[in-house]
Amino acid sequence: MSHSLFYLLSFITLFFALLVVFAKNPIHSALYMVMTFFAITCQYLILNAQFLAIVNFIVYMGAIMVLILFSIMFLNLNQATEPQKSSLLKFAGVISAGLLMLTLVGAIVKTGGGDVPFELIKPDIGLVKNLGKVLFNEFLLPFEIASVLLLSAMVGAVLLAKKDIN
Amino acid sequence: MGTVTQTIQAVPINHYILLASLLFTIGVMGVLVRRNAIVIFMSIELMLNAVNILLAAFSAYRGDASGQVFVFFIMAVAAAEVAVGLAIIVMIYRNTRSIDINILNKLKG
Repeated sequence: MSHSLFYLLSFITLFFALLVVFAKNPIHSALYMVMTFFAITCQYLILNAQFLAIVNFIVYMGAIMVLILFSIMFLNLNQATEPQKSSLLKFAGVISAGLLMLTLVGAIVKTGGGDVPFELIKPDIGLVKNLGKVLFNEFLLPFEIASVLLLSAMVGAVLLAKKDIN
Repeated sequence: MGTVTQTIQAVPINHYILLASLLFTIGVMGVLVRRNAIVIFMSIELMLNAVNILLAAFSAYRGDASGQVFVFFIMAVAAAEVAVGLAIIVMIYRNTRSIDINILNKLKG
């Protein structure tokens, strides 16, 4: 086991993220997205953030991707006949994103100082026990508000997706 | 657990920042390039995940659990956002029989 695991996972993440963006068929995009989320889950695992890994696995790979795949099938979009942007607009989009990447990477490289290999000072902060203590002591109010948010989102989604009554 | 924590020892924090910014850029590119509303949605999820990775890495780096709690909240908000957003997309599809975002230019002056 060496740190090359991190670079392998990063490669998988970025590769499948690119495939998500450039796949013609929305179903393929969604399936590549599942692979991206799986690599990200593994990233959390090697950071020893076990709670986040499990939550990422259940919420993102489970709930959100099933919801998106279900909508794609529901709307019957599983064909590659999607209207494409003109190639000029596509080129402009890629160039703009490339410039953003250049700016970010340039700023990070120029800033420097982060080259020291880091060690986990407290390796067990990501465990469910410790994170639960923090969550239910310091962040109790935001946690409850998040539950209200989820409830209202559920009601809103049902209201929006429902056919008109009259 | 020892072997898991050993794995990460040799990776500089800079590489995490680079990974997150590349992932974020790919998400931005997806939003700019595609016309399918659902794929644009997935690109936004990519951007959210880039931020999540960065927060978790900084949290592990500083030994502070607040960052990971924040990632948890971001995931809760993202789940709510996806539910409402997909409902809106279904509604748009029902009205226009398409999820091409170029049709939605009625607000254009």
